[in-house]
Amino acid sequence: MPAVQETIDRVRSIDVDQYKYGFVTEIESEKAPKGLNEDIVRFISAKKGEPEWMLEWRLDAYRRWRTMDEPTWARVSYPKIDFEDLYYYSAPKTAEGPKSLDEVDPELLATYEKLGIPLREQEILAGVAPQNRVAVDAVFDSVSVVTTFKEELKKAGVIFCSISEALREYPDLVRKYLGSVVPVSDNFYATLNSAVFSDGSFVYVPEGVRCPMELSTYFRINDQQTGQFERTLIIADKGAYVSYLEGCTAPQRDENQLHAAVVELIALDDAEIKYSTVQNWYPGDKEGKGGIYNFVTKRGDCRGRNSKISWTQVETGSAITWKYPSCILRGDNSRGEFYSIAVSNGYQQVDSGTKMIHLGKNTSSRIISKGISAGKSQNTYRGLVSAHRKASNARNFTQCDSLLIGQDCGAHTVPYIEAKNSTAVFEHEATTSKISDDQMFYCQQRGLSDEEAVALIVNGFVKDVIQQLPMEFAVEAQKLISISLEGSVG
Amino acid sequence: MNIETRALKTRAETDLASQYEALRASAGASVALRDKAFALFEAKGLPHRRVEEYKYSDLRAHLKSAAAPAAVASLEQSTASLAAAEAFAGVDRFRVVLDNGRLVAGLSDLEALAREGVGVTDVALLLEDEARARGVLSAPALACDDVSVALNTAFLQGGVAIAVGEGASVSKPVEIVHLASGEGARYSRVEVSLGTGAKFTLIESFAPTASSGEVNAVSNYMVGDEAELTTARLVAGGDTHVSSIFLTLGTSSRVKTLGFNVGTGFARTQSFVSFTGEHADADLLGITMLRGKGHGDQTLVVDHAVPHCNSRELFKAVVDGQAEAVFQGKIIVRPHAQKTDGRMMTQALLLSEEASMANKPELEIFADDVQCAHGATSGQIDEDLLFYLRARGIPETEARALLVLAFLAEAVEELGDEAIVAALEERVRGWLSVEA
Repeated sequence: MPAVQETIDRVRSIDVDQYKYGFVTEIESEKAPKGLNEDIVRFISAKKGEPEWMLEWRLDAYRRWRTMDEPTWARVSYPKIDFEDLYYYSAPKTAEGPKSLDEVDPELLATYEKLGIPLREQEILAGVAPQNRVAVDAVFDSVSVVTTFKEELKKAGVIFCSISEALREYPDLVRKYLGSVVPVSDNFYATLNSAVFSDGSFVYVPEGVRCPMELSTYFRINDQQTGQFERTLIIADKGAYVSYLEGCTAPQRDENQLHAAVVELIALDDAEIKYSTVQNWYPGDKEGKGGIYNFVTKRGDCRGRNSKISWTQVETGSAITWKYPSCILRGDNSRGEFYSIAVSNGYQQVDSGTKMIHLGKNTSSRIISKGISAGKSQNTYRGLVSAHRKASNARNFTQCDSLLIGQDCGAHTVPYIEAKNSTAVFEHEATTSKISDDQMFYCQQRGLSDEEAVALIVNGFVKDVIQQLPMEFAVEAQKLISISLEGSVG
Repeated sequence: MNIETRALKTRAETDLASQYEALRASAGASVALRDKAFALFEAKGLPHRRVEEYKYSDLRAHLKSAAAPAAVASLEQSTASLAAAEAFAGVDRFRVVLDNGRLVAGLSDLEALAREGVGVTDVALLLEDEARARGVLSAPALACDDVSVALNTAFLQGGVAIAVGEGASVSKPVEIVHLASGEGARYSRVEVSLGTGAKFTLIESFAPTASSGEVNAVSNYMVGDEAELTTARLVAGGDTHVSSIFLTLGTSSRVKTLGFNVGTGFARTQSFVSFTGEHADADLLGITMLRGKGHGDQTLVVDHAVPHCNSRELFKAVVDGQAEAVFQGKIIVRPHAQKTDGRMMTQALLLSEEASMANKPELEIFADDVQCAHGATSGQIDEDLLFYLRARGIPETEARALLVLAFLAEAVEELGDEAIVAALEERVRGWLSVEA
């Protein structure tokens, strides 16, 4: 069944030429010289005032990276990236450690305002009900310009700051966990990131604390010819809970810009981390010129018993997306979840999915992935579910649906399912027929058309995902998710 | 996708190279054909786990050494081997016997087949004339860049080409019995072509043999417009077995295939299915039963190149001992292949602690008005079902066997041919009773 008109219109409304965040902020920036060598790594480390061990860590990563080759297994194609033709560090000049919001360059504040990201705490307090308050860490090119609600969070014991600050203030915590989920030489881009990451967020939620508000980071690439390499590290100690979300945008340019981030999540006993992403990097223009190359390594480690990590992502931007938010289910009874909606338009290429690695006993995971491709885009779901020898009673349910709009796009599914333990029960399906006849009959009997019935059921189903997203992002995501999925192909 | 790394040659690779040198001297007219194929092997080496298609079946690691191609078997040897190949004794059928890859005319029902309008040609004879060899040794196999297929062409010993004429309907199934007498490796080729509107049922059986040495078989089924083909292919035992099957469907043709793999060795069956005419319909079925340290791989690529075709794939695996089963299935729907209906299901039943299953059901879709779905499950025998049967007085081992049989029968019975289904279900029962 082909896509219905309503769906086509919805996808059209977020087509590449409708990109709203393509403006450039005219602001003076301070850059490291172009290219990559040990001096650049030293420069970045010195700029951040990092301890000696951190510099060594970076240099080690840099040397390893020099020996590695770019991976080519993903279903994406792009001209070879010249890693010597990039600026690895770019910071707005005025952003050198502002003490308060008033010291932040008004140009920057205006930028975030334009993006719809509130940075002024009092305004948020005045405008919105307290339960919707969101603490924001705003990362502009290579540096974090401001982090809101820091003091209030501190009262609850929660550490929320930029990773550079964490390296200065809490070096032991960072040293203990950094690189423990995504090792330095995990893959080409993760290694590059380890060498040159410039900023990102650090979150530590102490034992038994439920983080009192949503935490978020807003990433903005502004400068030309820069790569953004951010590093996020989130630790939920025993029994802690945190919900974190990130958003990303970039200006409209002819050139391709590189974004290679690493995100590490660590959940100890009984802890829970929710990580949500609304990724809206500049996707390139109608002819496929420009756009962000989004090569991201995201991984969560359910290290403790009964821990839970949940990834939710809404992907609409980037020229190329290469990301697989994964869960290592190490602790017994731990749980991993992955909810994804990836919409590709124009010449976008998406190769995304997840890995659920069951190591502990009685672990369970759930994967719901919906891909919609339109225009001349290619959308691939690539996933791995594996149960190791000792992972008895592992459970997985996977559902991935895709929808094609038009003749020139492609949708692909590449799941790997490996059961090395006979008590593992894995179910994988890629079809819309999951909507049961009973549900359809129930709706139709009450006078709904087929289409309305499907829309209702699908929306009812994804509502659970959307409700996980904090409000400001939920609005944007809702628009995408309300796209009905009848006529999907597996 | 694939990483081009060539490490040092393994023992098996050097074995093959020296064997090829020896064979080349006496290859005659077919030498150009063989050289081209061997060059591919030389360039790529044996497939290993870094080659995506062989991710779960590392042939290079498995093959410690390569046995030399088996010599021609004597008629006495073949007669003795044939007497032991009784898997389809209960099916009223014609037989075509291959031993060590070569046609044994004396044991085959060639005259009866001629009367039915079925042409049978010895591939070994064709190899003596390069032009004829090219004509019969199908394009898909020659065009394929798979190393196993290339090795088959390079070392080809013989085989059989069966042509079923236009509109012909063969009264009984034909069984191609692949025998293995003595030691050595076997490289055989089966070419089957069905004329327009022909109806044909084919069985291929690879008998278990005491002898070692790998089997590398290539079958090419060309199904003409409106023709109907039913095939069952039994691979039982052997150290190393690699089968490559090419299936090409013409307009409005109907095909049912069942690949049945039971064993304790290393077996891989790779099928390449392509739809070249509209409104064709294929049922592709697979059974894998493994125990011991068995490794069973069913790999499938279904290429929907034209609109309005249906394909259904149902693959079932029962894995015991320390065995590992692999299923890799890919459905490709090309642009303009609208109204394609492709459904792939793979299910595995793991009977022991150490059994394992790797599934990789892929979809690659470039057309927007199609229906494609895939499903994959793996798990143990349902305790509730077991309880139900035991509550009714059925002993546990018997109840388990019954459930396994029911699980597999779902795929076997889809084949439709009652006598063949009965013979294969007997095989399942036999396998289960060994365990009991």
